[in-house]
Amino acid sequence: MAVTDSPPSEPEAPPKVRAGRAPGRLGNRVFQGISTASGIFILVILAAVAIFLLVRAWPAVTAAPSAFEDVGFMLGRDLWSWVWPLLFGTAISSVIALVVAVPLSIGIGLFISHYAPRRLAQGLGYLIDLLAAIPSVIFGLWGIQWLQPLVSPLFTWLSTNPATAWLEENVGPTIFSGYQAPARNILTAGLVLAIMVLPIITATVREVFLQTPRLHEEASLALGATRWEMIRQAVLPFGRSGVISATMLGLGRALGETMAVLMVLSPGYLINFFLLQPGQHQSIAANIASHFPEASGIGVDALIASGLILFVMTFGVNLVARWIIARRAEFSGAN
Amino acid sequence: MSKRIDVNDLNVYYGDFLAVEGVNMVIEARSVTALIGPSGCGKSTFLRTLNRMHEVIPKAYVTGKAVMDGQDLYGPGVDPVEVRRQVGMVFQRPNPFPTMSIADNVLAGVRLNNRRISRSDATDLVERSLTGANLWNEVKDRLDRPGSSLSGGQQQRLCIARAIAVEPQVLLMDEPCSALDPISTLAIEDLIAELKNNYTIVIVTHNMQQAARVSDRTGFFNIAGTGKPGHLIEMDDTTTMFSTPSVKATEDYISGRFG
Ligand SMILES: Nc1ncnc2c1ncn2[C@@H]1O[C@H](COP(=O)(O)OP(=O)(O)OP(=O)(O)O)[C@@H](O)[C@H]1O
Ligand SMILES: [Mg+2]
Repeated sequence: MAVTDSPPSEPEAPPKVRAGRAPGRLGNRVFQGISTASGIFILVILAAVAIFLLVRAWPAVTAAPSAFEDVGFMLGRDLWSWVWPLLFGTAISSVIALVVAVPLSIGIGLFISHYAPRRLAQGLGYLIDLLAAIPSVIFGLWGIQWLQPLVSPLFTWLSTNPATAWLEENVGPTIFSGYQAPARNILTAGLVLAIMVLPIITATVREVFLQTPRLHEEASLALGATRWEMIRQAVLPFGRSGVISATMLGLGRALGETMAVLMVLSPGYLINFFLLQPGQHQSIAANIASHFPEASGIGVDALIASGLILFVMTFGVNLVARWIIARRAEFSGAN
Repeated sequence: MSKRIDVNDLNVYYGDFLAVEGVNMVIEARSVTALIGPSGCGKSTFLRTLNRMHEVIPKAYVTGKAVMDGQDLYGPGVDPVEVRRQVGMVFQRPNPFPTMSIADNVLAGVRLNNRRISRSDATDLVERSLTGANLWNEVKDRLDRPGSSLSGGQQQRLCIARAIAVEPQVLLMDEPCSALDPISTLAIEDLIAELKNNYTIVIVTHNMQQAARVSDRTGFFNIAGTGKPGHLIEMDDTTTMFSTPSVKATEDYISGRFG
């Protein structure tokens, strides 16, 4: 016991549970109000967009097929046979973008988080973030001016090499058949999209990889894992749901990307896998942008209906992603 | 399969900072060596040099020698990955891989370095390792459940099973019971007593009774002050250390009259 000079104080009354409201109650209430309001606001916006799309698309959805005969850009098709190829074009360009961008992003993310020296990692991180800030028009210009001439010889080779020729002769046309310069085809569009979604995916997976618990990395290394084995054993499984989320973010951007596709792709309205032929595919977003100015009457409704389908598609993609993540939540390390 | 380690004049640095200085130590095969000492004196630091885990930390390095049955652990051309296969480690906090099932956790080390194992061998090994870690009876019905579904004490035994599944020569344990309740702690201590028939064990602990109960030899580390390097003050048979230590600081620390 410490000895003090102060006189012995009379016994204090035991502290009571204070009656009335605790201090800081108001701040709590205000903050709770703000966050609840923001949450509701987002829901309202989402609902407003959905309702707008539904209401405006409804006339087109319910119209008789013959109603679209006068709409020039629909080429005399009814709504569904016009929308399916667009949906297909949107999907295939986005899939190409992800097939290229996701492995690349994981590689770059891992390099930054686990291989590069500190300084280099930081610099690279900034560079990737800068890439995210480039407007998509610039990517479009870049795609036309720089990427197209660059990939043209590659595409020529893909299209004319002996293996493709043999397959064409004996089996039938391949996905690489019939390349025509300039490279204004869906593969080029997909590549431009890949570059565009790369920053967001890379930035997200890098953060996820950096959050791998040190404990698990050390567990792996202490078992005699090499660095790559440690990454496969501890980092990638831990980051799995993060990689899926990042992919979905990228997919969201690729699905809705308008400008770059509009500028790079020579449009067509077919459903096929000829990646190197121009005039085969078109994406929903680019199609809306290119035809909205000239559209009128039922044509506007048709375009909005295609927008609704894009909306539903992105929504569905997100739901599936969530389901994939939730399915193995038990093994995620979050518990 | 157990080897002795001779440590000679070992210094450990974190960059410019000398964390542990001049350790000379013999770690006998098939025995339990306990390392005790106040917090921050470098027990973990020293322990991690025995399987080169300190190299995970940027700029950490050692000078001096650690020789395991004639093989210099720091010799030129010695791969740290190989060292760690021979010298396993159990950490303070249980760290089973949360993304793997119990069985896969046990097999995690065995599947590394492109080693393949047939399914029946794998089943046997899982049973053998879990039995060796006194965990088999508790988990045999749920081998495909995630490792993180076990209690803390079970998780720690799972980590021990994972470590012994690769049949190391030496097993390092850094405060393996400090996150566990007394019953789980006893289970692990019993396990250590069994494991020493086959393995060389080095254990860091803050628990004097534990050191006295499980170890054959005890080493006492101390530090002169913050920022100073840690030293191995004294090392002897555990019974001697706990009854008649030759250094006053050891006696003070063990009897709780410290600092
Ligand atoms: N990663 C690191 N980087 C720099 N210094 C470190 C690092 N880890 C430990 N140290 C320093 O090395 C010294 C020894 O630390 P160490 O963790 O080995 O102590 P310890 O004896 O294990 O302590 P405890 O009983 O608390 O676990 C301390 O001064 C600590 O600050
Ligand atoms: Mg420690």
